[in-house]
Amino acid sequence: MSDDGELDLNSLSNEDLVLQVHDDLYDGLKEEVEAAVHILLGRGWAPYKVLTEALVEGMRIVGIDFRDGILFVPEVLLAANSMKAGMFILRPLLIATGAPRLGKMVIGTVKGDIHDIGKNLVGMMMEGAGFEVIDLGINNSVEKYLGAIEEHGPDILGMSALLTTTMPYMKVVIDTMKEKGMRDDYVVLVGGAPLNEEFAKAIGADAYCRDAAVAVETAKSFMARKHNQLAAKG
Amino acid sequence: MTTVDLKPSDEFQFATGKGEVLLIACGALAREIVDLIERNRWAAFDVQCLPAKWHNTPQFIVPAVREKIRTQRGKYKSIFVLYGDCGTGGLLDKMLEEEGVERIDGPHCYAFFSGNPEFASRADDEFTAFYLTDYLARHFDKLIWAGLGLDRHPELLSSYFGNYTKVIYLAQTHDKQLIENGRKAAEQLGLAYEYRFTGYGELESDIAARSAPLA
Repeated sequence: MSDDGELDLNSLSNEDLVLQVHDDLYDGLKEEVEAAVHILLGRGWAPYKVLTEALVEGMRIVGIDFRDGILFVPEVLLAANSMKAGMFILRPLLIATGAPRLGKMVIGTVKGDIHDIGKNLVGMMMEGAGFEVIDLGINNSVEKYLGAIEEHGPDILGMSALLTTTMPYMKVVIDTMKEKGMRDDYVVLVGGAPLNEEFAKAIGADAYCRDAAVAVETAKSFMARKHNQLAAKG
Repeated sequence: MTTVDLKPSDEFQFATGKGEVLLIACGALAREIVDLIERNRWAAFDVQCLPAKWHNTPQFIVPAVREKIRTQRGKYKSIFVLYGDCGTGGLLDKMLEEEGVERIDGPHCYAFFSGNPEFASRADDEFTAFYLTDYLARHFDKLIWAGLGLDRHPELLSSYFGNYTKVIYLAQTHDKQLIENGRKAAEQLGLAYEYRFTGYGELESDIAARSAPLA
């Protein structure tokens, strides 16, 4: 403790500091998370280690408690904003140090839909898991999705929708990919509150991801499969 | 002699447990449904509502409506459901098909208050609108502002509403207080404000279609 009774993050061991980051993420304490990231980097931690052990693990705990109904959207948003602040510090360092890349994802909310809370969470957690994420934002037409696929050559296309009225647009995108003979070149993941596995299957997506943590695990699993297939061919 | 100025709704008072057609409805529609029943003197209906707050957790809607249908089916000649899809992603319709029960047409109450074709025709121009109904204008502070945690964390406003451009208050009744509530809501959210009177729209016509006594 410091003289004024506040916890001095510098006084904590690495192990305790990481646990403190988990707590601070959980409580949405952005400035404390930023401070801890700086301290860990200052102690010689690799940016990737800070990202995975402090930030990603902290958000994983937040995600579990959200799924279990212990935390709600406001708390998750605060936690996400804190993680975002930490990642803002780490991002250039991760690039500079050549942190491992698992794959590339293009992600966006579908046409006619402006909701992006879930999509932003997925993008952030995917980035934290080691994916390069190209975020197209909201209200994306099929042309915009296909243009981004062509430009960036991702492994994964992620589409999000919050509205019952906009979720069918995902099928428009997938059908267009089929027409162009490019559907099987990409993993298509879909998500959003009104979606379910049955809908994902019906529109021809590869998987429905009910939350950001599931999206990350699903993406990792598809990437592992892809690498195994490539290895088998090689 | 004392004269009493009877309003239409005073002439017929709805009472639960009397009709032969059960309306299973979202709690956000309760006031409107009872008003319609009383104004139109519809004796055919009984009404049972489920919590309006489930709009934030639509996964609760489908099992609860199914349970309500199954426990009440034998007590009524027919059942009609007054819910939009309400974020169930088609699961409500799937369940209703399995149970052989119909619901009001439309994805949500904004659409059937506006009239489904009318609402759909505006979709391309209004997808950045945040809609209020009488119910939401009445309960904005509790349901939206506090419900989203903005009373405790106003810094989250842009995360929730950053992509919206305006509030459109779809009014079911002419109520000066609610118009003012809507205006204040828009101000709180930092959005433009538009007032649009819809009346009860297809809520009225769809219930009316089931108001004739059953043989």
